[in-house]
Amino acid sequence: MSAQTFSSPDIAVTPAPASQAVVTAASLTKRYGLRPVLRNVSFSLASGKTLALLGPNGAGKTTLLRLLATLAKPSAGEATICGFDVVADANVVRRLIGYVGHQPPVYDDLTGRENLLFFARMYGLPDGPARAQLLLERVGLRAKANDRVRTYSRGQAQRLALARGLLHHPALLLLDEPDTGLDDDAIELLHELLQERQMAGLTTIFTTHQLERGIQQSDETLVLLGGRVVFAGASSALTLADLRRLYGGQAGGTL
Amino acid sequence: MMASLQLFWQQTLAMLWKDIRCELRTRQVWGGMALFALLVLVVFNFAFDLRVNDKVAVAPGALWIAFVFASILGLGRTFAAELEHGSMDRLLICPVDRKAIYCAKLLGNMAFIGVVEIIAVPLFAAAYDLPVLTLGIIPIVLLGTLGIAAIGTLFSAIASNTRAREVLLPLLVFPLIIPVVIGAVRATQELVSPVGDGVPWLGLIIAFDVIFLSVSAVMFQYVVEE
Repeated sequence: MSAQTFSSPDIAVTPAPASQAVVTAASLTKRYGLRPVLRNVSFSLASGKTLALLGPNGAGKTTLLRLLATLAKPSAGEATICGFDVVADANVVRRLIGYVGHQPPVYDDLTGRENLLFFARMYGLPDGPARAQLLLERVGLRAKANDRVRTYSRGQAQRLALARGLLHHPALLLLDEPDTGLDDDAIELLHELLQERQMAGLTTIFTTHQLERGIQQSDETLVLLGGRVVFAGASSALTLADLRRLYGGQAGGTL
Repeated sequence: MMASLQLFWQQTLAMLWKDIRCELRTRQVWGGMALFALLVLVVFNFAFDLRVNDKVAVAPGALWIAFVFASILGLGRTFAAELEHGSMDRLLICPVDRKAIYCAKLLGNMAFIGVVEIIAVPLFAAAYDLPVLTLGIIPIVLLGTLGIAAIGTLFSAIASNTRAREVLLPLLVFPLIIPVVIGAVRATQELVSPVGDGVPWLGLIIAFDVIFLSVSAVMFQYVVEE
């Protein structure tokens, strides 16, 4: 992993060495009222690795990502990002993660460039304009940079969302179904970008319903069913048939 | 410490700039608020058919009712842009002090209400023929608006998570801002026709502003976070 430092006016964090875990979750549990959504989820992910988070609808994938992204608080258990607790050190963790949820995390009435400059200011990045320009070019939005996001297609908005997620050079990127609504070219670009960042040491967790792609594009896989971990291990040890069998147990065999 | 404070204001101003920019492009708030305030003033003017002796007694009330009603329209839209995709995740995922979000939304609301007041006060002075266009009106309007916006911004965040937000917001805000509105009406009356009742109305507004600001800034974090 190449050396990469994350700095801000408040903190200067150097990510964990490749052998150390960037993400750890221990007995992570989340309940909404009496309804458990996640039950005793434990796993860890080393620096530079990619984890595919799989499971049928309602398995708890988005909830797990939201807990790691500090957007929700666990009912029990704990999780850390680069050693920082997601509850106690939430603001430090927010500097270390990039999160792209179901909906593009950008403002429709700002242009693509304005969006990136706004978020650069929110992260206190002194070189915001340069980073924004670089990312807009990299995601193929230079020509649309000064257009309002409202005029973007779903794929263009998703590419801008990815640029926004990478803007502050996070140590961990959390992607919730990033390929939803994207055409093949956009998926290819997304994959290329992520590979580039992974080579630079970015750790990634993504959810997808494209099981084959999920296994192929990840080092490790975590399968959730009914909020419980039913598989955690190397993606290479998992076949599509295994996954179908796992899903079939609780999801009626649908994928 | 200095760096944190600098970042706090940088983030606050960035959010304020974003909100104003979005409003200038969509014009969802300002136009409606201003038109509504003007209509209220005109309707009151006709409804009361004011004679010279009545003006000072009721006109300041009409002015502040216009401001309060128009404010509610704007306050209801405080988190509209954040919620256009269903949640405030875009802001909450940023490493930003929740007080900075509150501060930005408060300043934005004050700016929106302030524009309406700048338009409405001269019209009020002309329609009701009262000498309110003096420097003395500035602190009254500023402090009264701060009180309304301080509590309104907090309750707008609370109401934004509910389905009946348009109904809920005035129900929550109106009772709480009564002391500020009373203070502002009486201070405006004192301005146009000093009777010297010895009550420091401006001081009362300041006291409530401090309470509203302190409580709202602390409470805001618990309202927007899970």
